[in-house]
Amino acid sequence: MAECHPVAFRWPMKAKVEHDAKLIHVDPRFTRTSAMCDIHAPIRAGTDIAFLGGLINSVVNSERWNTDPFFREYLLNYTNAAALVDPEFRDTEDLDGVFSGLMEYKGNEADWPYDGFAGSYESDTWQYAGWRQEEPGEPRGGEELSQPTRVETQAPTSRGESFDSVIRSLRRPPPPRDETLQHPRCVFQVLKRHFSRYTPETVERVTGCPRETFLRVAETVLANSGRDRTTAWAYAVGWTQHTYGPQMIGCCALLQLLLGNVGRPGGGVMAYRGHASIQGSTDVPTLYHSIHGYMPAPSALKQHGSLRDYLATEGLAEGYWANMPAFIVSYLKSMYGDAATPANDYGYDWHPKITGDHSHMPMFVAMAEGRVKGMLCIGQNPATSINASLERAGMRRLEWLVVRDNFLTETATYWYNAPEIRDGTLGPADIPTEVFFFPTAQVAESEGSFTNTQRMLQWHFKAADPPGRCRSDLWFTYQLGLRLKRMYAGSPLARDEAIRNLVWDYEPDHPESIPGEPDARKILREIAGFRTGQPDRHLAGPDELRDDGSTTCASWIYCGAYPAPDRLLPGSREPDPPGTVGAHLGWAWAWPDNRRVLYNRASADPQGRPWSERKRWIWWDGSRWTGHDVPDFPERKPPGAAARRNGIGLDAHSGRDPFILKPDGVGWLFNPAGLLDGPLPTHYEPIESPVRNALYRQQASPVLKYWKHASNQLAVVGDPRYPYVITTYRLTEHYLAGAMSRWNPWLAELMPELFIELSPELAAEKGIRNTEWVRIETPRGVIRAKALVTRRIQPLRLGDRVVHQVGMPWHWGWEGVVTGDVVNTLTALVGDPNVSIHEGKAFVCNVERG
Amino acid sequence: MPEPMGFYTDTTVCIGCKACEVACKNWNQLPAGGGGDWPMTGDSYDNTRRLDGIHWRHVKFIEQIPEDRSGGRWLMMSDVCKHCVQAGCLEVCPTGAIIRTEFDTVVIQSDTCNGCRLCIAACPFGVIDINPASNTAQKCTLCYDRMQAGLEPACSQACPTDSIRFGTIAELREMAEARVAQLHALGEKRAYLYGADETIVGGLNSFYLLVDEPEVYGLPRDPQLPSRNLLPSSLISAAGAVLLSLLALVGLRKNRMDERAASDGGPRDA
Repeated sequence: MAECHPVAFRWPMKAKVEHDAKLIHVDPRFTRTSAMCDIHAPIRAGTDIAFLGGLINSVVNSERWNTDPFFREYLLNYTNAAALVDPEFRDTEDLDGVFSGLMEYKGNEADWPYDGFAGSYESDTWQYAGWRQEEPGEPRGGEELSQPTRVETQAPTSRGESFDSVIRSLRRPPPPRDETLQHPRCVFQVLKRHFSRYTPETVERVTGCPRETFLRVAETVLANSGRDRTTAWAYAVGWTQHTYGPQMIGCCALLQLLLGNVGRPGGGVMAYRGHASIQGSTDVPTLYHSIHGYMPAPSALKQHGSLRDYLATEGLAEGYWANMPAFIVSYLKSMYGDAATPANDYGYDWHPKITGDHSHMPMFVAMAEGRVKGMLCIGQNPATSINASLERAGMRRLEWLVVRDNFLTETATYWYNAPEIRDGTLGPADIPTEVFFFPTAQVAESEGSFTNTQRMLQWHFKAADPPGRCRSDLWFTYQLGLRLKRMYAGSPLARDEAIRNLVWDYEPDHPESIPGEPDARKILREIAGFRTGQPDRHLAGPDELRDDGSTTCASWIYCGAYPAPDRLLPGSREPDPPGTVGAHLGWAWAWPDNRRVLYNRASADPQGRPWSERKRWIWWDGSRWTGHDVPDFPERKPPGAAARRNGIGLDAHSGRDPFILKPDGVGWLFNPAGLLDGPLPTHYEPIESPVRNALYRQQASPVLKYWKHASNQLAVVGDPRYPYVITTYRLTEHYLAGAMSRWNPWLAELMPELFIELSPELAAEKGIRNTEWVRIETPRGVIRAKALVTRRIQPLRLGDRVVHQVGMPWHWGWEGVVTGDVVNTLTALVGDPNVSIHEGKAFVCNVERG
Repeated sequence: MPEPMGFYTDTTVCIGCKACEVACKNWNQLPAGGGGDWPMTGDSYDNTRRLDGIHWRHVKFIEQIPEDRSGGRWLMMSDVCKHCVQAGCLEVCPTGAIIRTEFDTVVIQSDTCNGCRLCIAACPFGVIDINPASNTAQKCTLCYDRMQAGLEPACSQACPTDSIRFGTIAELREMAEARVAQLHALGEKRAYLYGADETIVGGLNSFYLLVDEPEVYGLPRDPQLPSRNLLPSSLISAAGAVLLSLLALVGLRKNRMDERAASDGGPRDA
């Protein structure tokens, strides 16, 4: 965190200096973060689930956790620990490392053979008992402890009525529970068994972290959790970029729920994102598989034929997601305006449908096979991205490529300056691609908003005009849209209606200094919502959204960010007075509804009282929820309120169910839905590993994604040609692929050359001295870098063998003030099944002097 | 007169991000070493090398990790001009280009510096060097221009963890002593202040909290001012003067004798 998020690291340091907070760093390397921490736990790259699983096992078997009533109260009331799982469910304990339902992947091979799944799960046995889709009229769960009942229809809610029946038809009974947590199929017993093999000895053997260090971490984390104390976890792409990245983060969430550290101040699992406003780019997505506000992208592969089908497939009757009809209708109104009517399903048919995995890696594989015609590349540098040689092979088959960046990046010059051109393998004449380069404005040269990892929208104002004809990305996108709309304006074809009807109305009311620059505030207004036909009547929050077309709002989670034309809340800069405890609610605006701690109902006990004086956050004052933050709960719903039988939406939850987006209102220790690779996190080895999986016969994730290609070979387990674990990372001094730092002499001089960090032990073995050249090789390629020999890297002892790790920052390329080899020449196109994140943090290599 | 101002640098919270270096270069418009492209040093994460005419801030990285990796430390410290109360550079400057400001800081005025380099040799901390862009001696000004406008220096403002603190020396000393006491109470008995009192060249207006010997951070334990050598060197000078006079007398006498010999008809050039 100190390495890659030094500004955010101000706060842990403040906690350390002013409040004697304990800081722990779990990382393969001893970094600038480790230097600031009380404990550094070194682990082999990619073994985080083994480490976290060890913590879980140690927590649930500890005396304190089993005797302090706080933990049990939180567990029983705020998690799904007591819920019973389907009787057919089989755990990795039963099937030696896989879950029930594993099968061959059957995707859309004909149209899009690039999904990459190694296998897939039929996940219906992972659900709660009684929740499996069965033949109509056959309620399940007769032998369960509490009898689920069939749902009866209920009076329509106050929202528009049109989609109520769809949502109501999805109502399920609450899962059966065992309040004693003894039933062998209750979530708690399942997870306890699941993690029982993650003993300190196993943790040491798998991760290489010395047992004493691991136990110190376990003790410190437990001692700092409970009624009066909370522990926070922070991670960045070191956790996400694995074939089981989402499971790592889920594993931490599971631990935090066990420790009662969710929904409380100073708790949580905090994502430090890889890029400014990456949070914003998933909220208002540049992702292929979701649309605004985390609604799934309509898909040609699912039951998404009509809006009603879409809602029947993706909707939920219980919890806040029951409002999905209002969210998506308001979204469609933002897309198609007046053309979106109840008669045409609000233009749902015009919306693009996905036909498979269209994320980064499969798109480049498809490109390499000539299936992609053109690419708009905005602020990204794929010429130096994952398996860079293969990605460039893809780019060479494009008809056209548009690159927008501050400088002529490697992606703009790959056709005349890439290594394969310089070494004579190819010439520019061999590449038919027409490349267009657009110089761009910097962020301070246009107006807009950033969304940070706290879900906080912060408006930034324009400081200066961009130089010359550099233009903002907003300008480019707006102008491109205007031209496309002009092009299709006269088209009689039905397929072009989507473009013809697209709302594209961001012309500024007052002339801008840059001709053609759209009005960023009008775009935020469309995202944050207004009454249809009355653009000056902005919406105050998502509760105002309707499913009858009367509201227009692209993103329900951003609804309320701009509640009146003169109240641009992301631009607000009013911190709480010094010395007060508060959430700084006047500083910018956080989604949803300016809530700063999500699920903060859990900061009070089931009766609505703060868990402790020290950890007060929100509480029930006898008539409403109040406190330092905006309550993430219905303001007037008393703690004692019972869930309404067959109630829809939040009526399905009681006054003590904090997790309002979850259908059952509680935090999920076990995930009955939503993940493709298992309901519980499980340690798998990275696809390339020097060792066998010490926990199960199953070596790697059975459902990971891998794209078979001559340029995407993998090393087999324990391949003697590639004996070392390699991890890649960033340095404080540089930014991503370098476009924003390698061209800046002040930053370039601080870290001028690409290097490989290796231990003195490995360096001695290989005859490599500090600053000498080293060759690094994987099955994908070879690069050179200078050696940085340091004891900050340490050989790890796994049982009776020693495994060496090396590490490389990946900021370099062949353009810029400072240049160096492309580290992503070494990486492979492998990914996680849920979100197609690549594996960039743990693979194997060889190193030699020279 | 404003109160004496300066820096207190708590090295225990320095994360080595080098924001101070970049903020300094940005504000003072200093060029990059080698235009940005120069070889890496291999000395931990330090590629700045040392303080000089274009690097007025320098973050040092000291790896202290034993072979068995137990209890390793990676010390980091942002070094800068100490703005000494008794400043050697100021003593030796022959043109009066180096002044003590109203904030009790030491500033080199570029327009009156003739680049003679005496101050470079006179600084016991190795802070000063020639900036090739101006060909004059340069170093940290404690952002004199910003201070005159009531602003904090660029480096301390950019420091994300408040390792670099700016303020009146009195405030800073109080803050630093409290931090030392806190660290002692937490078991870090090695913590101490370097240059916060008068023992080091009359006091440093940029002083440090350290957790190891000064030499570990490349700081002199007992820095000496050039004036330390004033008496011995003046005695040598006096003796030298006497010797030179004698030699001159001998030389003069010889000349006269030669002249006399010439007028007596000795060999002469035409």
